[in-house]
Amino acid sequence: MIQALRSAMDVMLGRDPDVVIYGQDVGYFGGVFRCTEGLQAKYGSSRVFDAPISEGGIVGAAIGMAAYGLRPVVEVQFADYFYPASDQIVSEAARLRYRSAGDFTAPITIRMPCGGGIYGGQTHSQSPEALFTHVCGLRTVMPSNPYDAKGLLIASIENDDPIIFLEPKRLYNGPFDGHHDRPVVPWSAHPSSEVPEEHYTVPLDSAAVFRRGTDVTVLAYGTMVFVSEAAARESGVDAEIIDLRTLWPLDLATIVASVKKTGRCVVVHEATRSSGFGAELAALVQEHCFYHLEAPIERVTGWDTPYPHALEWAYFPGPERVAAALKRVLEP
Amino acid sequence: MSQGTLHLHVPEPTGRPGHGTDFSYLHLSRAGEVRRPPVDTAPVDAADLAYTLVRVLDDEGQAVGSWAPQIDAELLRRGMRAMLKTRAFDARMMIAQRQKKISFYMQCLGEEAIATAHALALQPGDMCFPTYRQQGLLLARDDVSMVELICQLMSNQRDPLKGRQLPVMYSYKRAGFFSISGNLATQFIHAVGWAMASAIKGDTKIASAWIGDGATAESDFHTALTFAHVYRAPVILNVVNNQWAISTFQAIAGGEATTFAARGVGCGIASLRVDGNDFLAVIAASRWAAERARGNLGPTLIEWITYRAGAHSTSDDPSRYRPKDDWQKFPLGDPVARLKRHLIGIGKWSEEEHEATRTALEAEVGAAFKEAAQYGSLLDGHIPPVATMFEDVYKDMPLHLREQLREVESQGR
Repeated sequence: MIQALRSAMDVMLGRDPDVVIYGQDVGYFGGVFRCTEGLQAKYGSSRVFDAPISEGGIVGAAIGMAAYGLRPVVEVQFADYFYPASDQIVSEAARLRYRSAGDFTAPITIRMPCGGGIYGGQTHSQSPEALFTHVCGLRTVMPSNPYDAKGLLIASIENDDPIIFLEPKRLYNGPFDGHHDRPVVPWSAHPSSEVPEEHYTVPLDSAAVFRRGTDVTVLAYGTMVFVSEAAARESGVDAEIIDLRTLWPLDLATIVASVKKTGRCVVVHEATRSSGFGAELAALVQEHCFYHLEAPIERVTGWDTPYPHALEWAYFPGPERVAAALKRVLEP
Repeated sequence: MSQGTLHLHVPEPTGRPGHGTDFSYLHLSRAGEVRRPPVDTAPVDAADLAYTLVRVLDDEGQAVGSWAPQIDAELLRRGMRAMLKTRAFDARMMIAQRQKKISFYMQCLGEEAIATAHALALQPGDMCFPTYRQQGLLLARDDVSMVELICQLMSNQRDPLKGRQLPVMYSYKRAGFFSISGNLATQFIHAVGWAMASAIKGDTKIASAWIGDGATAESDFHTALTFAHVYRAPVILNVVNNQWAISTFQAIAGGEATTFAARGVGCGIASLRVDGNDFLAVIAASRWAAERARGNLGPTLIEWITYRAGAHSTSDDPSRYRPKDDWQKFPLGDPVARLKRHLIGIGKWSEEEHEATRTALEAEVGAAFKEAAQYGSLLDGHIPPVATMFEDVYKDMPLHLREQLREVESQGR
């Protein structure tokens, strides 16, 4: 997935002279996760460069560049570090088009590695997507595989709205299914790792049916797509797994069609539960599918605690917890 | 040294209602006293300029010293007109607010020289990132319609911002005026990013960032200085020190026993402290900074010393926290009176011309107000249609907003 993200940025740097990339360690070194490796050497240091350790400055400067006419793609080294940039994201980037009635716009893409499972403790593991989906004017995207990662990132860079692009870092090197005690499966063994060299996009308004099924609809994104798939396989429940891909604006039609078919719904995310994005999903499902529901909607999520270091796998919503929920909603 | 118990120092202004201000805290220099280094001076070699005060006009209205700019008298006459226009506009809008024809207003009385003279040092295509007291940047131009500005103040159906912003939060890309946020300090780093973009593209345009003394305490200010220095951004970093942030004296923002210009010195940025009520000093310092920016010599921070003569906004009453006659006693005086004295002294202006210009501008503002009022106002319900509420959140309206629009249209408000 790292190579796919790098390829997306490579393609866009090559196609559009207004694309610039910067962030902490992204220049000469190529980023702590290597996503921008080689890009400075290829495109020069005025288009790919290091930034001071200041997320507010990184995002704020990007807004100014976008007002000039560039398309900045900036990296916040960990999603956990975006908080100093909150004012710039929420009050500035998200509202610039609105408050100026289109006089100025902020077509920026803010990449952020998110999620746990790497022993990152409470400051390198968070999934703050609900803090962005709550903000009008932002698009929030989270890919689950290399093909989507490249297509969604190119679509994000080309889009004229500000984009929060969350990259589940546990998926960087393989389709992790939550079984942390088993050997890591590399992407090379997975069909979604077939990534074309050239330019292509995955639309920002469409969810994917990741696994077809008839018993229950699972709404998931990022790492939880593979965790849910493992849960379905291991529980024997014929779950239909929807990979949301773009969290907001949301492809509600795909969700509604599936829930109306299965009559049951489980929402899975790694972030803390209360006021999480799952709450919005559950509300939307009951608003649109109430008379089709055969059971209460379940949520399987991280707990309402900070992400602990030693107890990481007790926090992480793994396949056993998801499987238990799948079985519960099928109970008569 | 006595070692008693510790105590917290909370800065206080020297003056409060009932006792006058001791303005010696301003540490003024004499007109012409401060040296003008070449524009390519290394910031470290100009550090002294952050602690002195660049002044050109002396008490007799004569332009003295090395900062006295080579300037055509016609340009100064234009500058005088721009200041008078700004003052007339503000005065009329203050009345309109009291007449409840606009909901809110912020005047720049006493600070007119800074924006209007700075505008003369910029070139077409340059971009200002203003805060809410730089209307002079717009009013100095003849290509920005006062009618349109007033429609923004009235949030009426001709408001170019569709009634979304508080009065005075203008946006004029075509006039080099970035959308005002209403959040403080955020625009400072935007200006640096815009300037970086101009450099990335090999352009010749520069940015000019604006902030008040109070908001320099925000982290965006310090971040902007770091980025401007690191990337040698072609930007002018203006700090308008008008002594007051609503009721908070500038010492609470960190101006006591140092200067705001000194913030730049620590960041390796060429920094000037300038008499902001001296039209000639403002032009001279702005030109110096613009030349540095355009010559790839990097950013310049300028602290403009001035005084907020009026209330913070129409919602504020400064008689509650500062002496009533503070502005009259402010040692740098009134920028309009000072330029007038200079222009009359060099034979390019007269009392009669001053009065005639003032009267004509008041009539012009009055006519603009009358025309704008024809298009209605927030207060009489002539506001943009409800559908506009959902536009421009995204470039294209997504489904959930189309549904919410249907909801508001079918269910009422």
